[in-house]
Amino acid sequence: MIQQVLFAALSLTAIWLFARKAGEIRRNIFLGKEEDFSGNRPQRWRNLLLLAFGQKKMFRNPLVAVMHFVIYAGFIIINLEVLEIVLDGLLGTHRLFLAPLGSLYDWLINAFEFLAVGVITVCVIFLCRRNIIKLRRFISKDLNGWPRSDANYILITEICLMFLFLFLNASDQALQLRGNPHYHPAGPFYFSNFLVPLFQNTSESTLIGIERSCWWLHIAGIFAFLNYLPYSKHLHIILAFPNAYYARLDPEGKMKNMPAVQKEVLYAMQPELAPADAAPPAHFGAKDVFDLSWRNLMDAYSCTECGRCTTACPANTTGKLLSPRKIMMATRDRLEEVGRNINQHKSFVADNKSLLHDYISVEELRACTTCNACVEECPVSISPLEIIAELRRSLVMEESNAPQEWNSMFSNTENNFAPWKFAPDERDHWTQEMAS
Amino acid sequence: MKVNTMADMMMNGETPEILFWVGCAGSFDQRAQKITKAFATILNKTGIKYAILGKEEACTGDPARRAGNEFLFQMMAYQNIQVLNGYGIKKIVTTCPHCFNTLKNEYPELGGHYEVIHHTTLLQQLIDEGRIRLKEGGSFKGKKIAYHDSCYLGRANDIYEAPRKVLEALDAELVEMKRCRSKGLCCGAGGAQMFKEDEPGNKRINIERTEDALATGASVIASACPFCNTMMTDGVKNKEKEQEVAVLDIAELIAADLA
Repeated sequence: MIQQVLFAALSLTAIWLFARKAGEIRRNIFLGKEEDFSGNRPQRWRNLLLLAFGQKKMFRNPLVAVMHFVIYAGFIIINLEVLEIVLDGLLGTHRLFLAPLGSLYDWLINAFEFLAVGVITVCVIFLCRRNIIKLRRFISKDLNGWPRSDANYILITEICLMFLFLFLNASDQALQLRGNPHYHPAGPFYFSNFLVPLFQNTSESTLIGIERSCWWLHIAGIFAFLNYLPYSKHLHIILAFPNAYYARLDPEGKMKNMPAVQKEVLYAMQPELAPADAAPPAHFGAKDVFDLSWRNLMDAYSCTECGRCTTACPANTTGKLLSPRKIMMATRDRLEEVGRNINQHKSFVADNKSLLHDYISVEELRACTTCNACVEECPVSISPLEIIAELRRSLVMEESNAPQEWNSMFSNTENNFAPWKFAPDERDHWTQEMAS
Repeated sequence: MKVNTMADMMMNGETPEILFWVGCAGSFDQRAQKITKAFATILNKTGIKYAILGKEEACTGDPARRAGNEFLFQMMAYQNIQVLNGYGIKKIVTTCPHCFNTLKNEYPELGGHYEVIHHTTLLQQLIDEGRIRLKEGGSFKGKKIAYHDSCYLGRANDIYEAPRKVLEALDAELVEMKRCRSKGLCCGAGGAQMFKEDEPGNKRINIERTEDALATGASVIASACPFCNTMMTDGVKNKEKEQEVAVLDIAELIAADLA
């Protein structure tokens, strides 16, 4: 009975804490500007299935995709077992699903064990890739400090959770063998069975202690993990789904229009169309997270810092400061800072900082070739390019901050109708050379 | 061979099948002019009734927009759309993927609705229809050609196959760089980089890309964008390979082998 009450208290606390933080993240995302992503539902559902559930983009590298899929499937499917654990915890029962499911139960638990071993194997391989093989995208300075530890903590936690599950089954099995009536006959299961001999000389009370500890640590671990998510790159396991649903459906080459500027140019060209009270827009492009759209901000929270974007980025590859992954991480960091500011003061109090300059430098922005390689690579439908473009707009239109060569390009375009200093009359000069 | 402008055609009461949007590089840049002339030669040969805007054409505003100057972009778009709509243009072909992308994807919501195709797509159609016939045993037969994907054609607009299909018609050996199609590496010119120096780094992007191309052992690097062409040409020169390796636009390759 005490265990049941404790369990209920633990679950409620964990869920309440998570819900509160999730609410904060939602609030932060909607600090962004409105942008319409409704419409075209069939395509959106297809994207949700293919990109999020099917992890289509991951299969650009099939081996890694299969390994990642094992962790993903393992994690999701083993959570079915968590349902039983939660119900057992609340009702004070043991292996609640055994009786109703009959022989299917053993089959299911065996499947879970297979997945658990798969998850452990892949997590170990992933730890090696990060820490021993040192792939370029993992040793990048983008990840210095917390982000690098974060990735390792997640892998280690997953390994621990899976071992707890296996030891839970093994100690249960050992107790069954001793005829303890509370432990209903189930199994033996493929993998935990190998662990049973470890408990040969363990007393029954210790064994019960081990079984209970595994059970508690497993479920407590899952609750802890749930509450760790919002602070981690691992939040992508949730946000990859809405991010895929709200994936941008236009061709990648299309830049977001600025209707306010469009109108202003129209009124300048055709003053008769201008309404008497036409007020100029407050500002152009994005200087801070508030100026980006909610979609950009959801991108920032969805980023799992894998660095595929940065590996594909031509600027980063050739040693420039720009890293699309860092753009996303900086956006999230700034947004979190703004969130903390709001928590503290009820509403945002100016802090003399902004995403542009304080988090993302001019040099980074200047290096982008708008080639869309980062957008193409992202497995969770993020566009770092959109943020770069919005910040560039602020730089040029708000601060008139452009390199001299660009200023010449602007004035040539304006005066000679070409980005170079050629006389407009020469534009069709080539046709004369065609005459021959 | 006379190249008609829309104004000429209007005066004669004629309507072209298609407008050839030359673009600023194709109009002014000496190297890119050769691409323009090659493409115009092909159009003349096939007998397609086409016209250019001539002096009435202006920059689409692509580099200004990507640099962040939306005002300038909107001004250019406004002027161009006025001219295009004034002539009642329905269909546009262009040899520049940047113009292509802007005309096709960005002008519609500003009031410019046209069917826009890139010259590689048109060339593929013309070859398929038998309207372009190539010499038997042409100058590229058996030669290794590596196609460099333009970002604004490939990732930006999902056109990967048309340029390759055209190259196959040359009876050459098409080789791929290790980074190709949707993984193709940028030449370094996009996003208005063409008009400024690289940011500090350890290498120029066009050098990195040229190394990809040279690694294939190809004797021709085929481009489909005047800016990529410039960047790759510079890269090849930098590697002192201009004797062995030519950088040519797909239109130039086809024009050289016309039957």
